[in-house]
Amino acid sequence: MMSFSDIAKHVDRWLNGLLPPAWALTVEMILVGILAITLFAVLGLVLVLMERKVAAYMQIRLGPNRVGPKGSMQSLADTVKLLVKEGITPAGADKFLFNLAPFIAMITAMLLLAPIAFARDLQIWDLNIGVLYVTAVSSLSVIAILMAGWSSNNKYSLLGAMRSGAQIVSYELSAGLAILTIVVLTGSLQMSAIIEAQRDGWWIFKGHVPAVIAFVIFIIAVTAETNRAPFDLAEAESELTAGFHTEYSGMKFALFFLAEYINVFIVCAIGATLFLGGWMPFHIGNWEGFNRIMDVVPSSLWFFGKTFFLIFVIMWFRWTFPRLRIDQLLNLEWKYLLPIGMFNILLVTVIAIKGWHF
Amino acid sequence: MYTTTEEIGINELGDMVINVGPQHPATHGVLHLVITLNGETIKKVEPHLGYIHRSIEKMCESLSYRQFIYSTSRMDYLSSHINNHACAMAVEKGLQVEIPARAEVIRVLMDELTRVASHILWWGALAMDVGAFTPFFHAFREREMINDIMEETCGARLTMNYMVPGGVMFDLHPNFQRRVKALLQQFRDKLDEYDELVTFNTIFINRTKGIGYISAADAISYGMSGPSARASGVSCDIRKIYPYGIYDKLQFNEVLMTEGDTYARYMVRMKEIRESLSIIEQLIDNIPEGDFQAKTKAVLKLPKGEYYARAETARGDFGVYIVSEGGMTPYRIKFRSPGYSNLSALDHMTRGSKIGDLVATMGSLDLVIPDIDR
Repeated sequence: MMSFSDIAKHVDRWLNGLLPPAWALTVEMILVGILAITLFAVLGLVLVLMERKVAAYMQIRLGPNRVGPKGSMQSLADTVKLLVKEGITPAGADKFLFNLAPFIAMITAMLLLAPIAFARDLQIWDLNIGVLYVTAVSSLSVIAILMAGWSSNNKYSLLGAMRSGAQIVSYELSAGLAILTIVVLTGSLQMSAIIEAQRDGWWIFKGHVPAVIAFVIFIIAVTAETNRAPFDLAEAESELTAGFHTEYSGMKFALFFLAEYINVFIVCAIGATLFLGGWMPFHIGNWEGFNRIMDVVPSSLWFFGKTFFLIFVIMWFRWTFPRLRIDQLLNLEWKYLLPIGMFNILLVTVIAIKGWHF
Repeated sequence: MYTTTEEIGINELGDMVINVGPQHPATHGVLHLVITLNGETIKKVEPHLGYIHRSIEKMCESLSYRQFIYSTSRMDYLSSHINNHACAMAVEKGLQVEIPARAEVIRVLMDELTRVASHILWWGALAMDVGAFTPFFHAFREREMINDIMEETCGARLTMNYMVPGGVMFDLHPNFQRRVKALLQQFRDKLDEYDELVTFNTIFINRTKGIGYISAADAISYGMSGPSARASGVSCDIRKIYPYGIYDKLQFNEVLMTEGDTYARYMVRMKEIRESLSIIEQLIDNIPEGDFQAKTKAVLKLPKGEYYARAETARGDFGVYIVSEGGMTPYRIKFRSPGYSNLSALDHMTRGSKIGDLVATMGSLDLVIPDIDR
C-alpha cells in the first residue's frame, strides 16, 4: 500500500516537472486548501448527522430516517435548505461586524485543521510549535462569538456573548495546562514528535495518574471551550433562546453551526493525539507480536476511531447533563479545575524529571 | 441605529430591560415577563398576562350547565379531568343528586391518572428548562401510555371531557384495568431511572437547591397552593383538608417539605407521583359494579343560589364558583386557578438571582398559561 507521503511526493514531482517551482508550490497550496475545505464540509455533515442519531437513540426515538438510506442524506438536505434561505441582517445591527463574525468563526476552525496528523504522514503542516499554535488559534474563536453577540443589537445575543467571553477565556487556562502536561512528558511541542513518543504506549497509560487527571480536565475544559452542553451557556436555549446567534439565519447561521462541529472535531482530534496516541496503533511496550497485529489496522482508522470515540463522549455529555449556571461554571474552573491542573503539572514535572513514567 | 436609551431597553437606572416571551422557550406558552437585569442578576420580574385570554368565564354564562364543563378542559389542559370534576361537583351541589359509587371511583382514578400525566410532563419540562433534553422524551414515553388509556376511555388525548353532572360520560373501556396495571408496572420500573437521570444529578441539585426560596408565610400571603406551596410546608392539599369524592376513604399521604426552594418543589411532585400511583393501585381492583351515571334531567336547572366546589389539580387549588338565578345557564361563573396565584410569587422568589435561576424557578412552579389567562 502506498503511504500518503508517497502520494504527496509523487504529486509534487509531477507538478514540478510540469510547472516552474513557484507555480508548483501555489498549485499545491490550492490543492491542500481545497482538500481542507472538502474535509471541513464532509466532517460537518457527518458530525451533524451523528449528533442527531446519538441524541435520538438516547431519547428513545429514531432520528432522521427519511432522506437517503437511514437518513444519511439528511444533513445534505439541510445544507441545501440553509443555502437557499435568506440571510437576514437586522435593521439595528452593525452590518460589517455582523457579516464578518461567521467567517471569523469558520476561519478559526479551519486554521486549526493544519497541525493535525490524520494518519501516518498525513498532516498539512507539521510545524515545530504545533501545540502552541493550537492553543493560540483556538482562543481566537471567542472573538467571533463576541463580535456576533455585540453586533446583533439583540440583548439575548449580548448576554450570550458576555457569558461566552468569560467562559472561553477561563477554560482555555485549564485546557492549556492539561496540554502542557503532555508537552512536559514528551519534551516537544511538535505534533509528530508527540505521536512518535507514544510508539510504545499511549500517554494516558504511560503517564501515570497525572496523565489521567490531565485527560479528564482536558475533556471538561474543551467541552466548555466549544460551548457544548453542559457548558452551552452562550446558547442556553431555554434561557437565551439561541444566545449569540439568535439573529443569524441561512448560511451565516450554518457557518456558526459548522464551526461548532469542526471545533468539536478538532479538540477531540487534539485530545486523541495528545493522550491516545493520534494515529499510533495500540502498542504495549515490547510485545512485538501484539504490536505487529495492531499495525495491520490502518493508521487513519486508529485516528478517526479515537477521535470519534471522544466526540461520542462529548455528545453523550450533551444529552445527559443539565446546564450549569454562569457563576457555577466559573467556580468550577477557578476553584477546582485550575488549582488541580496546576498541582498536576508540578506532579508531572517531578515524574518527568525522575523518569518515573513508563 | 437606535440612539435613545429607551429604545435599546436601558431604563433610567442603567439596568437592562428584557422581554422574556411571549415567544420564549422557557415560558411554555405565551407568558410575557418583563425582567430588569443588572448584568445577569435579576432586579425585577413583571409578568404581563392576557395573551391567551379567551374569556371563558363570560362564555360560560351563555352555556348550559352541561356545556360549560367542556370549556374548562381548555383552561388547565394538563389537568382537564380534575377541572371537569370540580365543575361537575359544583353543579351536583345544586342538583342534589347522589353519585353512583362506580362513578366516584372512576372519577378519582381518572383524576390521579391525570395528575401523574401532568407531573411526569412537568418533570421532563423542568429538566429541559435546566438544560437536559433527554428526560423530556423519557417523560413522554410514560405519558403516552396514560394518553392511550384516556383515548380509549374518553376519546381524546388532550382536552379530555369525561366528567358530567351525575357521574361520568361513558363506562370504562374493557381494556382499562389491564392497561392501567401495565402502566403501574412501567412506572415501578422507571421512576428509579428518573431519579438516577435527574434527581441525584449533581449539576441538577446545584441548579435547584436554595434557588427560588419562598417561606411558608410568604407562600400563604401570595395565595400559593398545590405542590409549590406544600414545598414550603403549607398544608393545602384539598384532597386532605376538604375531602371530596372518595378521597377520605383512601390511604395516601400529603407530601410536605419545608425547604421552600426549587429542589423541594421538585421533590414534592416526584413524591406525589408515587402517592398517586398508590391511590390508583388501591382502586384499580376495587371498582364497584353498578351505574356510571346518576339519572339526571335532560335540561339542568340549578336552584337560585351560590355554589362553590374545589378540587386539587396537579397545580393546586382549583375552585369553581357558580351563581345561579334559577335558569338554564349560570348567572356568573368564576374560576379560581392555581397558576395565577403561583405566578404572582415569581417576582418575590427570583429577585437577586441569575437568569438561569429564573428559568428553573419558573419551571418548578409548573405554570400552564391558558390556566392563568382563562
